[in-house]
Amino acid sequence: MPGDPISAALGDRLSAEQIEVRRQAAGLNDPILVQYGRYLGGVVQGDLGTPATDPRNVRQIVFDLVPATFELTMFAMVVAVVIGILVGAIGARYRDGPFDVGGRIFGIVIYAAPVFWLGILAQLLFANRWGLLPSGNRISARIVFEDPTGFYLLDGIITGNWALWSGALKHLLLPGMTLGLVISGVFIRMVRVNMLQTLRADYVEAAQARGVANRRVVFAHAFKNALVPVVTIMGLQFALLLGGAILTETTFSWPGLGQALVEFINRRDYAAVQGIVTFFAIMIVIVSLLIDIINGLLDPRVRY
Amino acid sequence: MPPLSGRRVTALRIRVEHALRPWRRANPMARRLVLLGSVITLGFAFLAAFPSLVAPYGEAQYRHVVGTNEDPAAAEGRCGDEFECEDIPRRLSPDTGFPFGTTSGRLDVLSRVVWGSRVAFSIVVLSTVLAMGIGVPLGLISGYRGGKLDRVLVTLMDAIYVIPGLLLAIIIAFVLKAYFAPGLLSAAAAVGVVYIPQYYRVIRNHTLSVKQEPFVEAARSLGAKPNTIIGRYVLFNVVQSVPVIFTLNAADAVLTLAGLGFLGYGVPYPQAEWGLDVSRAISDVVSGFWWTAFWPGLAIMLLVTGLTLVGEGLNDIINPLLRVRGFRGRVPRRLEPAPAADTPVEVNLSPAPTQENP
Repeated sequence: MPGDPISAALGDRLSAEQIEVRRQAAGLNDPILVQYGRYLGGVVQGDLGTPATDPRNVRQIVFDLVPATFELTMFAMVVAVVIGILVGAIGARYRDGPFDVGGRIFGIVIYAAPVFWLGILAQLLFANRWGLLPSGNRISARIVFEDPTGFYLLDGIITGNWALWSGALKHLLLPGMTLGLVISGVFIRMVRVNMLQTLRADYVEAAQARGVANRRVVFAHAFKNALVPVVTIMGLQFALLLGGAILTETTFSWPGLGQALVEFINRRDYAAVQGIVTFFAIMIVIVSLLIDIINGLLDPRVRY
Repeated sequence: MPPLSGRRVTALRIRVEHALRPWRRANPMARRLVLLGSVITLGFAFLAAFPSLVAPYGEAQYRHVVGTNEDPAAAEGRCGDEFECEDIPRRLSPDTGFPFGTTSGRLDVLSRVVWGSRVAFSIVVLSTVLAMGIGVPLGLISGYRGGKLDRVLVTLMDAIYVIPGLLLAIIIAFVLKAYFAPGLLSAAAAVGVVYIPQYYRVIRNHTLSVKQEPFVEAARSLGAKPNTIIGRYVLFNVVQSVPVIFTLNAADAVLTLAGLGFLGYGVPYPQAEWGLDVSRAISDVVSGFWWTAFWPGLAIMLLVTGLTLVGEGLNDIINPLLRVRGFRGRVPRRLEPAPAADTPVEVNLSPAPTQENP
């Protein structure tokens, strides 16, 4: 990295010797590998580093901002899964019919749309032109509330504060729907393909042979089994969702980790950027692990 | 060249027929979608190649010589002396002179969109060259040599692959910015790094299987050096997977570039990049001017749709394992286990390795 935090902060105020002393004390003169080992040791103990431009340490920043990001991404995930399952399953049932073709084209086109562009169009229509929904931030400044968890929807229920709950939901709708719609393109395709494969399975034929109603075969017998791989996809999409969250948060000035990351990059705060990126990476690994475990529970054929 | 004899023509025709067979057998819907995608992609490629034929104004042109669209900066002489100059009006809504409207910076949105396709294509090509240039050789060596090197590289590539593409591109752009002035090359590098693991993986896995072929063993027993074997016998057998990965990645690369540009880490203004143009239009949206954000975003969406249709369609058609002809609903038992034509795209599927031409 060019320069270091000490000469960047104090370079014009201290002499070269004094800076050298401080560099030595901060361990910046050690070999890179030693410094890296020290950093990893800190990460293992939950120390993600100390930003140069923010009084909080990275762990504190993450704790403060992660609820906003997770509320957004989870809402988006629900939107994506619901749309994906509905459109995908119905499309597979009436394969190559108008609904199926329409759904597939929708899936490709919506996935091709840049999420920030959809967000801006949504703001333009729903917030500016029609004034239906707010278009930035998580909650309006007028509402007084307590936030024990930081997840405003949850806090609203816990504290019985309905103004908070409905306000948070209104603020969440535009960014959450935008991100969810974009991600739903993947789900539509995956659910459809899984459903088509499941519909060819022997037990489906067996059910039909026993005279079970067609609707029941599709939506009770095949559907459940087609959903197992969807869990895997949800895990794989998590990384995509985080990437999308960076753009969505910037578009909707949503005070989450993604927006903070962009701000720290603009301020060239290497320590903060490194800490947040490390946190993202840890989250992705944890989610992948969880997905593997859930898969094992859902599908008895999976063995590790 | 000798004139083509009848036999030669027949031989040629058989070859062409053979190459086209997957295409003929594909289901008509898949073919239509590929054609649609090609038309869109070629349209943008045309704009990228000849932007000045379509764009009424230059990339960063904010005024013009009265009576023409010419940029005074490019014209002979000075404004007010040899000819009269006129500024392009600010924030003009789409009308006859400016079909897509103008920005607050006096730029013609149509021209920006057209010039933007050039930046998009340049970055896609440059980033692909980078990703291939690193991913393919590493994959070849890693797959052929195996051992410790292979394990280290696989782990490294997996680690890169796990990071969300856009995040990785941002980080690379962030680091590069400290050393180089931002521009086409550094943006391409940031985008390209994201796709190295994909080329690496496919090439490595393919190399692993080609390595077992008798002709490689034969070459080895004749005393060919590893470099010769890799370069002459393995490379040409695995390189056929590259175009498939390219078509699949290109769409994603356009989106990654747009995201980078939107956040301000792509190419610098006033170069025309769609994501950058959308981000500069945010303030317009608040005041109700829709056209500055709408058109560049639509261009991104169209190009990505086109590339996706081509990539996934071709992948389905070329890939014999995934091909099943236009069945409606259920498939006869004997065709199992071939999955439907629209099974999720598996990048590392490719035809069995071919022997050197006899």
